[in-house]
Amino acid sequence: MVGWAIALHGGAGDIPIDLPDERRIPRETALRHCLDLGVSALKSGKPPLDVAELVVRELENHPDFNAGKGSVLTTQGTVEMEASIMDGKTKRCGAVSGLTTVVNPVSLARLVMEKTPHIYLAFDAAEAFARAHGVETVDSSHFITPENIARLKQAKEFNRVQLDYTVPTPKVPDNCGDSQIGTVGCVAVDSAGNLASATSTGGYVNKMVGRIGDTPVIGAGTYANHLCAISATGKEEEIIRGTVARDVAALMEYKGLSLTEAAAYVVDQSVPRGSCGLVAVSANGEVTMPFNTTGMFRACATEDGYSEIAIWPNN
Amino acid sequence: MGGWAIAVHGGAGIDPNLPAERQEEAKQLLTRCLNLGIVALRSNISAIDVVELVIRELETDPLFNSGRGSALTEKGTVEMEASIMDGTKRRCGAVSGITTVKNPISLARLVMDKSPHSYLAFSGAEDFARKQGVEIVDNEYFVTDDNVGMLKLAKEANSILFDYRIPPMGCAGAAATDSPIQMNGLPISIYAPETVGCVVVDGEGRCAAGTSTGGLMNKMMGRIGDSPLIGAGTYASDFCGVSCTGEGEAIIRATLARDVSAVMEYKGLNLQEAVDYVIKHRLDEGFAGLIAVSNKGEVVCGFNSNGMFRGCATEDGFMEVAIWE
Repeated sequence: MVGWAIALHGGAGDIPIDLPDERRIPRETALRHCLDLGVSALKSGKPPLDVAELVVRELENHPDFNAGKGSVLTTQGTVEMEASIMDGKTKRCGAVSGLTTVVNPVSLARLVMEKTPHIYLAFDAAEAFARAHGVETVDSSHFITPENIARLKQAKEFNRVQLDYTVPTPKVPDNCGDSQIGTVGCVAVDSAGNLASATSTGGYVNKMVGRIGDTPVIGAGTYANHLCAISATGKEEEIIRGTVARDVAALMEYKGLSLTEAAAYVVDQSVPRGSCGLVAVSANGEVTMPFNTTGMFRACATEDGYSEIAIWPNN
Repeated sequence: MGGWAIAVHGGAGIDPNLPAERQEEAKQLLTRCLNLGIVALRSNISAIDVVELVIRELETDPLFNSGRGSALTEKGTVEMEASIMDGTKRRCGAVSGITTVKNPISLARLVMDKSPHSYLAFSGAEDFARKQGVEIVDNEYFVTDDNVGMLKLAKEANSILFDYRIPPMGCAGAAATDSPIQMNGLPISIYAPETVGCVVVDGEGRCAAGTSTGGLMNKMMGRIGDSPLIGAGTYASDFCGVSCTGEGEAIIRATLARDVSAVMEYKGLNLQEAVDYVIKHRLDEGFAGLIAVSNKGEVVCGFNSNGMFRGCATEDGFMEVAIWE
């Protein structure tokens, strides 16, 4: 049955089962709201590329997810945001990194895709490009939330990221709370089989200034072609090495796996346990949201009436 | 079958009217780099170390578009990027927006080995470089007179030049004999991207790959291409090592380097079949080339562009340096 489908995520990670209500409920509400927005847009015939962008914009604006407002902080207490977007039909794509004042990074990524002969712009130049195109910018303080100031303090105290760079990264302590939350994303397909994917993030808490993760790397955090659209989240270095988003599509193309099989395979086999989750839709209107972490903030809906909003595994 | 193998490239998409002396210079550089790699492989140096040392040589020589001799940004400065990947465990490192680090590929290696991240860029990468004590130079070190001339031409033509290795005074003549071939919408006479790369499989069957570039002539500051993107310009796995060059946007969309390995892994193709497949089916209307080695000691070059500066060698004595088909 071919109909539209949409899936979105607010990050996969070590989300504790006993997440307090005051942290859980606003996020669930936001997921529901974003799902509704996306579904309305698809029902009104908006192209999946527009739908993916508008849903991610909404997630960026929400302060409880690690993208746009609410982004985690670098080791210097600043915000450096990145995003990418891809149109499955044409495989055109756009990506940005190192943003500090752009309110909606995903929209800037789209502008790079549509208004430049390039795919990826970063840091000062990306900011200058934003201004040159009249894109909405604000003071960096807009993006910083008290929760994230606290997360950074906690991360520095537990020394989660070794700063002397001479030894391998230590294993993350078990009690890291929800400080691993990373990335938001949305994938959508319409009844004609047009696919799109968009992903946005503040990155990794206490990250080095200038550090780029998987989100703006086409094939890692984001990918879409004529078969499927994927947005990934989790430990960014693993997603890059595992070329996660591309691999889901590659397994469908080259091994003939179904969307669900391909996505499950990647999450089970291509990345370590506890490192990754993704949302994906296929040209046939199927949807899948596998993850190998404790939880993943996610939501999806299909034209035949199915919908789901969840955080932890369903069983 | 088996044994070490190495390939190097200096870019895909070459003006058919490139003067003979430039072609000769390129072949000599490729031969020299190949020999460096061969000597290292014979002394049992690991694939990842060989990739790094060969690319350092390509970056240091001003002939190709990487390190010294990089194409210039619209502001006349140099912004370099590079990535490196070790097939064993698929560890990787990448850098972008490098302006003072003499050998970007070595910085990419340090990101892989000495930082908790995979990819660092701009001022953050430069800070990391200083903390690691790598060799730092002024940005002017990377700028050559040739490229200053090219930038001027590019601005006059108001277009992006991938690179253009014909001396400035020769370009009027070259324009008169313009080939109808195009790359990225530009006549081939004003296009020649000379991203450099190296892929190696060592005697233990370990594969590694690396790519380094200054990017597009007259590019926007802050523009990132395919060379530092794992899966696009560079990829290595247990099966193979791949480095790509050509139209960056086409390579990114095609996740070209990753796809060579993916068709080997998921379709069971051998290296030659895999390279042929991706070049034929993955580039759509784009033009690019790549070099690849397999864990079985094979080496393959493939391109759909007009030529690719390349060289390859295997342990059984095979060696070839070429530009055209």
